[in-house]
Amino acid sequence: MTRPETLQASSKPNYSSPDILRQFYQRLFPFRPLFQWLNHGPTPQPDFQNREFAFVLPGGAYIRYQSFLSADLFKKQCVQMTPERFEIGPQYSINPRDRKQLRKASSFRPVMKELVFDIDMTDYDSIRTCCSKAAICNKCWHFIIMAIKVVDTALREDFGFQHILWVYSGRRGAHAWISDKRAREMDDAKRKALAGYLVLAMSGEQGKKISIKRPLHPHVDRSLKVLNPYFQDEVLAEQDPWQSAEQAERLIRLLPDKDLTAALQKKWDSMPGRSSNQKWADIDAVAEAGHLSTLSAKQLVDVKQDIRLEYTYPRLDAEVSKKLNHLLKSPFVIHPGTGRVCVPIDTRHLDSFDPLGVPTVTALLQEIDEWESKSGNMSDEEKAKVQDWQKTSLKPYVEYFRGYVAGLLKEESKGKRSREEVAIEGLNGMEF
Amino acid sequence: MLAVTSAPRIDAKKRAVLDRRRQEFVTTKWQAEAYPHRMNMYPIPPLDDITLEQFEEWAIARLKVLAELEACQFRNRTADETAEYMKPVLDKHLRLSPNSSQSSEVEVERKRDHYSHWTLRLAFSATADLRQRFSRLEAQLFKLRLRLDRADERKAFIESLPMSWEVVTEEEKKTWHSELVAATGLRRDEEESWFKTEWEHVPDLVERRQCLLKKGKAYVHVREQQTMVVNEFARQLELGLEQAARFLPRMDEDNRLSPILHHLSQSFVAPDAGYTEASSIGDITTPTAASIDGLSQHFPLCMQNLHRELRKNNHLKHFGRLQYTLFLKGIGLSLQECIIFWRKSFKLIADDKFKAEYLYNIRHAYGEVGGDANRRGRGYTPYSCQKLLTEPAPAAGQTHGCPYRTYAPDNLITLLQSFGVTDRALLQGVREDVGKQRYHIACNRVFEHAHKGPIKKVKDEALWPASELDTILHPNGYFKRSFMLKNLGREGGGEVKMEGSGE
Ligand SMILES: [Zn+2]
Repeated sequence: MTRPETLQASSKPNYSSPDILRQFYQRLFPFRPLFQWLNHGPTPQPDFQNREFAFVLPGGAYIRYQSFLSADLFKKQCVQMTPERFEIGPQYSINPRDRKQLRKASSFRPVMKELVFDIDMTDYDSIRTCCSKAAICNKCWHFIIMAIKVVDTALREDFGFQHILWVYSGRRGAHAWISDKRAREMDDAKRKALAGYLVLAMSGEQGKKISIKRPLHPHVDRSLKVLNPYFQDEVLAEQDPWQSAEQAERLIRLLPDKDLTAALQKKWDSMPGRSSNQKWADIDAVAEAGHLSTLSAKQLVDVKQDIRLEYTYPRLDAEVSKKLNHLLKSPFVIHPGTGRVCVPIDTRHLDSFDPLGVPTVTALLQEIDEWESKSGNMSDEEKAKVQDWQKTSLKPYVEYFRGYVAGLLKEESKGKRSREEVAIEGLNGMEF
Repeated sequence: MLAVTSAPRIDAKKRAVLDRRRQEFVTTKWQAEAYPHRMNMYPIPPLDDITLEQFEEWAIARLKVLAELEACQFRNRTADETAEYMKPVLDKHLRLSPNSSQSSEVEVERKRDHYSHWTLRLAFSATADLRQRFSRLEAQLFKLRLRLDRADERKAFIESLPMSWEVVTEEEKKTWHSELVAATGLRRDEEESWFKTEWEHVPDLVERRQCLLKKGKAYVHVREQQTMVVNEFARQLELGLEQAARFLPRMDEDNRLSPILHHLSQSFVAPDAGYTEASSIGDITTPTAASIDGLSQHFPLCMQNLHRELRKNNHLKHFGRLQYTLFLKGIGLSLQECIIFWRKSFKLIADDKFKAEYLYNIRHAYGEVGGDANRRGRGYTPYSCQKLLTEPAPAAGQTHGCPYRTYAPDNLITLLQSFGVTDRALLQGVREDVGKQRYHIACNRVFEHAHKGPIKKVKDEALWPASELDTILHPNGYFKRSFMLKNLGREGGGEVKMEGSGE
């Protein structure tokens, strides 16, 4: 679930005005592919029809248990109610709108939902120095890139998932939606297990050291290999997290050896202004000079690995992933604070994704107008063939999404055919 | 599936048979061959005929075992403590001998185990709560027994299971050797032997990163097989219970089985224990009206409280009187002495009023008066904890029932303190128990604390069979055990023997 956003200063345009939202839903929002993505097929089925949507209205009202029989009806209500954003929940055992008609409350239960992940920059506040709270820049966005790489690799290599959609959350984070059938059908216990596999306990503000089992589990070992290049450049050089004496104190606390830390402290006190990269190198230099009492050289290697993980390993909001019935903000809605569209992230070009370059709703609406004025020489017939989203910079994102959904649907139809075949064989085998 | 149909030539009431027509959801064919292993996954319901008595008796024995297992869990016993505590309980109520024992009882023990499992499976399939609780406890029982099994027989059992696991080949081992070792935390003394399965079968290992994952397959060390078998058992049982739940409405036609199943499921709300003659101390000493004050130190809180109310007000209301009279009958107080006890206790009441309003009820409780059935049954049976815990709560001014349930937690603590129970950790435990509605656990906790010394002595010197220190489920059982523990070694210089209570 997304955290409440505080609206920016009033000088900014109001991205949540009903007028803007109505135009956005009417002209730009890709309802059809979104429907197919959640429905896992071209014709409406319970995957979509019994699925919960929750609307956040411009006044702040939160309406749960909305559901729709088709993409068109869904669009109609969005245009009518102009939700500031909406969230997607699970498919339920019955249509969520009918839940109160049931005699037994227990027969209303979630049965399927994409496996989801939420990575939010605020969880990195203890290690990023460039920004804090809601702010984000291209420097700290690297933490999100690192997280996506590690999680995406584990989901594909370890769990064998193939249909993974990463989505920019509109401000300072990213969501993942995994649509493989095997992922959708996981119960809470399996979701919890999977989240536990991916989450490493971090030391947090109190400076309590994380302890990671040795030998490193292959997933952690592989993640470390992915993250190592980022540690030197994007973390130590760009963030410079131990620059001041006060910040360096954090590093000191992570080194459980009195001789080592005393020697380091002495060195840094006498040579103020050493960068984080230098301080990191100082550890080995000081250790090699004989300032190790309780730690062995081998243990120091482990300790340094732990610190690298602490400063690079993904910080997931695991609670979001553990529950089948957890709601998560839909792709392509507008972030009310930034006005940016929550666009999918093409992981083939992950490093070049620029969160600050993602189009805002107001810019997109303007682009439509500009297109109209520039296309004076086109015939009306030709113009009619071009859909509004194709006239804007939303185009590559929608196209990526459509391609992604097409891949998912292709896989689904394969699966369905083989299940039907099995069912028919099963029938033949039965005796009547 | 268990069901009763009429079998005219044999006494129909005594015969439970299994109706083959009803086995709609059983897909595997039942082999008449009996039980090759001590352990059983119970995939197939029993088919042989058994009597109604066996049907109920076996189920009650199993219920006793599950209730004790649950009590261990409520008391936060470790796996080792639970195993130690449960071993005598299992031997007494649900013994399963290994193949190697060559005991002639092996077959009947396993049959009993098989039938009782399926009876309870039916009895507890009605609601989601019962299903969940039953499958959790059965899985624990299964795990415990697997643990207690002989290594060779356990191995044979596990290998016989149709589990979806595949051996990791030598070639794979070579390719992934360092990953396998790192992921599964292989110790030097362990064999290099792994198997693979869908990761969803081993969520615990995945969560703790104790297996290697490759494209959705989990590579698991063989040492984890036991856990997996237990998980598979739990999974199959949960499915089976849901199937049984759908089947259950059709069981209602069986008017002889339904009351038994109903009673069994009731017993799961609060474990039941019948009154037994052995709870009386009539063969050791003769309780009299005059000795009740002294004996009351051995009473459970429910009866101590009634006794104190009686002494304070010189009176007790009807239900309190009935509960207390039956309890006193249970400890071995004769009718004559009981009448004297009440006559003297009701100081402010004139003789003729006592005779007119109270005497009949006392004699009725003892079976001296009333219909034939009442006389034959020697009156009412002393109330069990289950009875006290499930009957309607007392109204204002009434003091009957179980105080652990009827008193608000703060008032309960005050009440216990007034009886000298002041240990802070103990009271905290009581507060937690009653907060979770584990009233009988709270009572047992107080008992064990009050008798710490003698219990240790009995255990250390193995004076009693270990099963005689099981969870108390009857006020008279509480009294008897307390009395025996306080009188260890006093009776004429010899040990006071504990025999067959709670049978
Ligand atoms: Zn930044």
